[in-house]
Amino acid sequence: MHPFIYHRPANVNDAVTLAAKGPDHKLLAGGQSLVQAMKLRLSSPSDVIDLGSIKDLSGIKASGSEVTIGAMTRHAEVEKSPEVRKAIPALAALAGQIGDRQVRAMGTLGGALANNDPAADYPAAVLGLGATIVTNKRRIPADEFFKGLFETALAQGELITSVVFPVPKRAAYTKFKNQASRFAIVGVFVAESSSGVRVAVTGAGPCVFRQKDMEKALAAKFSPESVAGVKQAASGLNSDLHAGAEYRAHLVTVMAKRAVENALK
Amino acid sequence: MNAPLIGARIPRKEDYRFLTGAGRYTDDVTLPHQTHAVFVRSPHAHAKIKSINSSRAKSAPGVLAVYTGDDIAAAKLGGLPCGWLITDVNGQPMKEPPYPVLAQGKVRFSGERVAVVVAETLDQAHDAAELVEVNYEVLPAVVDAVKALAKGAPALHEVAPDNTCYVWALGDKSAVDAAFAKAAHVTKLEFVNNRLIPNAIEPRAANGSYSRADDSYTLYVASQNPHVERLLMTAFVMGLPEHKVRVVAGDVGGGFGSKIYLYAEDVVVTWASKQLNRPVKWTADRSESYLSDAHGRDHTTTAELALDKDGKFLAMRVKTAANVGAYLSTFASCVPTILYATLLAGQYTTPVIHCEVTAVFTNTSPVDAYRGAGRPEATYVVERLVETAARELKIDAAEIRRRNFIRSFPYQTPVALLYDTGNYDATLDAATKMADVAGFAARKAEAAKRGKLRGLGYACYIEACGIAPSAVAGSLGARAGLFEAGEIRVHPTGSVTVFTGSHSHGQGHETSFAQVVADRLGLPIDSVDIVHGDTSKILFGMGTYGSRSIAVGGTAIVKALDKIVAKGKKIAAHLLEAAEADIEYDRGVFTVKGTDKKKMFGEVSFAAYVPHNYPHDKLEPGLNENAFYDPTNFTFPAGSYVCEVEVDPETGVVRIERWIAVDDFGKIINPMIVDGQVHGGLAQGIGQALTENCHYDASGQLVTGSFMDYSIPRATDVPMFEVDTRETPCTHNPLGVKGCGEAGAIGAPAALMNAITDAIGAKDLPMPATPQTVWRAIQNEKAA
Amino acid sequence: MAVRVSFKVNGKSVSSEVEERTLLVSLIRDTLRLTGTHVGCDTAQCGACTVMMNGRAVKSCSMLAMQAEGAEITTIEGVAKPDGTLHPMQAAFKEHHGLQCGFCTPGMVINAIDFAKGNPNPTEQDVREALEGNLCRCTGYHNIVKSIMAGAKAMAAAK
Repeated sequence: MHPFIYHRPANVNDAVTLAAKGPDHKLLAGGQSLVQAMKLRLSSPSDVIDLGSIKDLSGIKASGSEVTIGAMTRHAEVEKSPEVRKAIPALAALAGQIGDRQVRAMGTLGGALANNDPAADYPAAVLGLGATIVTNKRRIPADEFFKGLFETALAQGELITSVVFPVPKRAAYTKFKNQASRFAIVGVFVAESSSGVRVAVTGAGPCVFRQKDMEKALAAKFSPESVAGVKQAASGLNSDLHAGAEYRAHLVTVMAKRAVENALK
Repeated sequence: MNAPLIGARIPRKEDYRFLTGAGRYTDDVTLPHQTHAVFVRSPHAHAKIKSINSSRAKSAPGVLAVYTGDDIAAAKLGGLPCGWLITDVNGQPMKEPPYPVLAQGKVRFSGERVAVVVAETLDQAHDAAELVEVNYEVLPAVVDAVKALAKGAPALHEVAPDNTCYVWALGDKSAVDAAFAKAAHVTKLEFVNNRLIPNAIEPRAANGSYSRADDSYTLYVASQNPHVERLLMTAFVMGLPEHKVRVVAGDVGGGFGSKIYLYAEDVVVTWASKQLNRPVKWTADRSESYLSDAHGRDHTTTAELALDKDGKFLAMRVKTAANVGAYLSTFASCVPTILYATLLAGQYTTPVIHCEVTAVFTNTSPVDAYRGAGRPEATYVVERLVETAARELKIDAAEIRRRNFIRSFPYQTPVALLYDTGNYDATLDAATKMADVAGFAARKAEAAKRGKLRGLGYACYIEACGIAPSAVAGSLGARAGLFEAGEIRVHPTGSVTVFTGSHSHGQGHETSFAQVVADRLGLPIDSVDIVHGDTSKILFGMGTYGSRSIAVGGTAIVKALDKIVAKGKKIAAHLLEAAEADIEYDRGVFTVKGTDKKKMFGEVSFAAYVPHNYPHDKLEPGLNENAFYDPTNFTFPAGSYVCEVEVDPETGVVRIERWIAVDDFGKIINPMIVDGQVHGGLAQGIGQALTENCHYDASGQLVTGSFMDYSIPRATDVPMFEVDTRETPCTHNPLGVKGCGEAGAIGAPAALMNAITDAIGAKDLPMPATPQTVWRAIQNEKAA
Repeated sequence: MAVRVSFKVNGKSVSSEVEERTLLVSLIRDTLRLTGTHVGCDTAQCGACTVMMNGRAVKSCSMLAMQAEGAEITTIEGVAKPDGTLHPMQAAFKEHHGLQCGFCTPGMVINAIDFAKGNPNPTEQDVREALEGNLCRCTGYHNIVKSIMAGAKAMAAAK
C-alpha cells in the first residue's frame, strides 16, 4: 500500500469538503473493495476519508411503501433486518449473498453502489426495484445512477447518504456465482410492483442493465414461462476465462426464469 | 497396562497450540534486527534483461541493499539443482539448463526473480521495489508443451534449442504394438491433465540469519524437508559446509508438495543475511505464491487400451508431453516418468504397456510434484480408459474391472513395479455396496423427472508410496537416498522425546508417531513428544512427501524402538537377576519367562540413568537409540471410489450427491487422522476435476493469479464423504503400513469425470468440468 | 506520518502509533505479536485473518488499523478461558479433527463462534454457507463442518 493521509470526519459536511478536493481523495466506507485495491497498489489515493464515525449514515427505516437504508449500513444488517425481511425479503436475501459473512459484516450499501463493480449484487436490487439514491446534494433515480464500468452519476465530492427502496408486490434475486471470486457471473433481480415489472441484470455486462424484453413479457404475464423463451443477446456482454458472452447470455434467461419462480413462491 | 494405542482414534496432541494461536509458523518468527526482503519479479514471460538501474531504489528510505543477478554471479552462487537425473531414450542425460536464483541476462517466466530489495520495514521494501528500473527486450513466449515442441517455437535455453528436456520411455514397444494389431477393440482418449497451483494456505516464507561468532547460518523456512533443503543449498548452491547451516521448519501450514523444493528466495535471504549481517525475512504474498510456487500436473496425453472381445485388457499405449515449466525444479524430472509411467498397470493384469514421455520447457512457472505427483496422472489415464472401454463394449464398469484385477501376489507389473500385496475385489465390492449401485437406475430415473442428469463413476486407483528403496531410486537416477532416520531419547524419569526426519505439516505425526512409541513402551501418550523440522535437533531426515512418513519414518522409529527394547532387556535381566534370553517384553513390561517377576519400563529407564545397580561391565548407561531405515520396496495403497453426481443441464452445474471411498492403507495407526487425510485428498482431487485450472494466456501472463480467478474448493463445493477401509498389511515393514496422504487426490479426478461423462453422455470432457464446460458439452451432445 | 489508534484486544486496552497504511492484521501480528491471526491471501478470500470486532467476525487483512479505533477485538489468543480451558468451539474442532495444518484454524474458529451465536442448531448446509469466506486446503471441510455443528450445540448448551 502506498502512503496516504488519513481523515476521520465526524459529519457529512466535513467528509464532502475533503472529498471535493480531488479524485485522489477517496471515501472509505466498509473498505472491502478499496482496501483490497490499495493493498495490491492498484489504487493509490493521496487521502483516505473514513466515513466510519459518521453515525447518521447508517440505519434502516421502513414505512408502508418504502424502505430507506443508510449508506453506511452493513450488508449483514440489511440481511438480518426484520424490517427489510418483511417489506422486501428479496433485498435481504440479496444482501445475504454478497461475498461472505465476514465481508458482509464490514461492507456497506453506499460503498458497493459508489464502486459499481460490474459483478456486484446491490446494483441489481437498486435498479431492479427502481430505488432512489440520495446524496448530500440530490436524489438520483436508479435509472440515471449506473453509468458504466465502475462509473456512476456521482460527482467529485458527492456522497451517498441513503437509498430509498420502494416496496414491490413481489421480487426475487437469483445469482449464478463465479466459482472463484463468488461475485455474480450473472445475477438477475426481478420485481413486480404497481408501476410495472423491472428486470435488472448484473455480472453479465460492463454495468448493471435492465432487460426490457423480459420486462415486457413479464408485464403481460408474471410467470417463469414468460421469460423462458426471451433470449438475451450475447453481443456486448462480458467474456472471460470463467464465462463467455454466449454462456452469460444463456444464463440471463435461466436466472431470470428462476428468479420469477422464486418471486412467486 | 494401558489400552492399545495403535489403531485408536486419539485426538491430536498438536491441536491445542493450533486452536489457541500458539502455533509457530515461519512468518511468526521475528528475529532481533530483522530486515525485510521484497523480490522484483519479471512482468514478462520471456525477455532479455538489457539493464537494471537500482540507484533510485538504493537511495529510498530504509533501504539497506538491492541485489541483482550480477551480485549473485559475482558471489559465485550456483543455480538451483535438480535432484533426479533422467536418462533419455538414446542414453543421453536430460538437458539441465542453469536455474539462477536471480535472473542472469534473461527471464523465462512471468514472476521470475530479477532483483531483491532489503529494507528496514516491509512497506519500505515494497516502496523501493517499485523504483528498480528493469529494461526488458520482450521475446516471444510459449506456454503450451505441445506448441513448444513445434518447429519454430521460441527457444528458452541454449542447451535445449528444441525445448526438449528429455524423451523417455518405459515398456516393450514392439510387444505392445503387436498386441494392438490383434486386439478386438481399442479405446482411445486424448486429454490434458490440467495444470494446478498447490495453494497451501500458509504462503511460503523464509527468514535467514548469519552469526559472525561461529560463521554459521540459520534459515527458518516453510519446508517439508529441512535436511534436504540444507543439503541442496549448501552442497549445490552456496558451497557452504553443511554443519555451518541450520534449517528450521517449525509449524508449516500445508505443503502438498509445493514446500519440498529448494526455492531461490530461500537461498537469497540466507546469502543476503551475511552480506548485511542482519536477519533477512521474506514472506510470499498470495500473488507471489501463484506466480512462483512450483505448479503441478500439466500433461498432454494420448492413451490407448487394447482389449479382447470379452473386455480383457491386452495392452496399453501412452504418449505424454509433460510441461516442466521454464526450469527444472528439485524433483521435476522424476514426476512425469518414474512416478507416472510405473503406475500405468493400475490394479490390472494388462500384460504389456508402453509409455513415452517428452518433458518440455515452456515460459511458465516450474512444475514439480503436487499431491500424488505422477500417480494422479497415471490413474486418470488408466481409469478413464477403463471406464470408456466398458461403455464402448457395453460391459458394466465394475465388471470390466473385476475381469482384469490382479489377484495373485507378489505381482510383477510390466512397468517395473513389484506389488507385494493387495485385495482389489475387497475395496470395490465394499464401495459398490456402500454406493448402492444397484439402486442407481432408479435414482437416475427420479432425477430425470426433475430435469436433472444423474451419473455414476468409478475409479480404482493404485499408488506407489513409502518412497523409496534408495538402491532402486539410485539406479533410476535419484541423486539422493530416500531412507529415513529416527531417534528415541528416553529421559531418566521415563518420558520420551522422539526425533524424526519426517516432517509434519498437517498430517498429525506428533500424535500418530507418539501412538506407535507410547504403545510399544507402555506409556501414556502425553509422555511422548515428537520433534521434527530442525536440522540442529534431528540426526538426519529426507522429509515428508509421497505418503512416505509412516511407512519409512515410522519404521525408522520402530527400528530405534527395537534397540531401546533390546538394551532394556539387558538392563532388566540384570535387575531381575535372570538370563537375558529369559526376558520377555510387552508394551512397557519386562518379565522373566514363566514367572511373575517383572520390571516396568520406567524402572529400567531410571536404572539406565541412575546406574547404581547396573551391568557396567556389559553396558553403557543411558537409553538413547537411533536408527536409519531404507525400505526394501515401495508400498502399494489402493482403493475404490464411487462418485454420484447430478448435473443441471440448464446451467452445467455439477453437484456431487455422494462420494464413497474405500481404501486399503494396510494397518492404520489413527483412523481419525487417516479419514482426515482421505477427506483432504478427495477435496483436492475434486478441485482438479471441477474447479481448478492454472491458465496462462498466449503471451505467458498468468490469468489465474489469485483466489479471485483460481478456484480451490470451498465448503459448499464438496459433500460429506463416506469413507471406509479394508486392510491387507504391507508385507515388508514392521507396522504393516502403506501410507494414506495422497490417495484421495489420486483417485478422485477420474471417478468424478467418469460420473460427469456418464451423466451427460459424452465420451470425454476436459478438466476442470466447470459449469460452462459442462453446459457446452451438453449443447454439443444435443447438436450431435 | 504516524497516527495513533486505540482499542481493546482480548480485553486489554492498547494504544499504538502506526503508519496510516497499516492494516489491522499487521498491527495485530507485528506490533502486538499476536501471531495466531494469519495471512493467507491478498484478496480477502481465505479468511485466515478473521478476528472478532465488536462481536462480529471480520477480515483483519481488509481493514486499516485505523478503522478499529475504539473497537473491541478478540483474536484467537483471547478465545480460550484464562485458565487455558478451550472454548466449546475450540474443543469441538479438537474432538472432531476439524484441523490439520492449523493455519486456517484461527479464522475458522472465530468465524464459527460468531456464526454459532445466531445459529445454535445449524444444518450442514447452513455451516457450509457460513464458511464461504474461509478456505481450508487440508481437511476437505468434512470435519470442519462436523466440528462447527457440534460446537454450535455445545455453545448453546453452555449458555
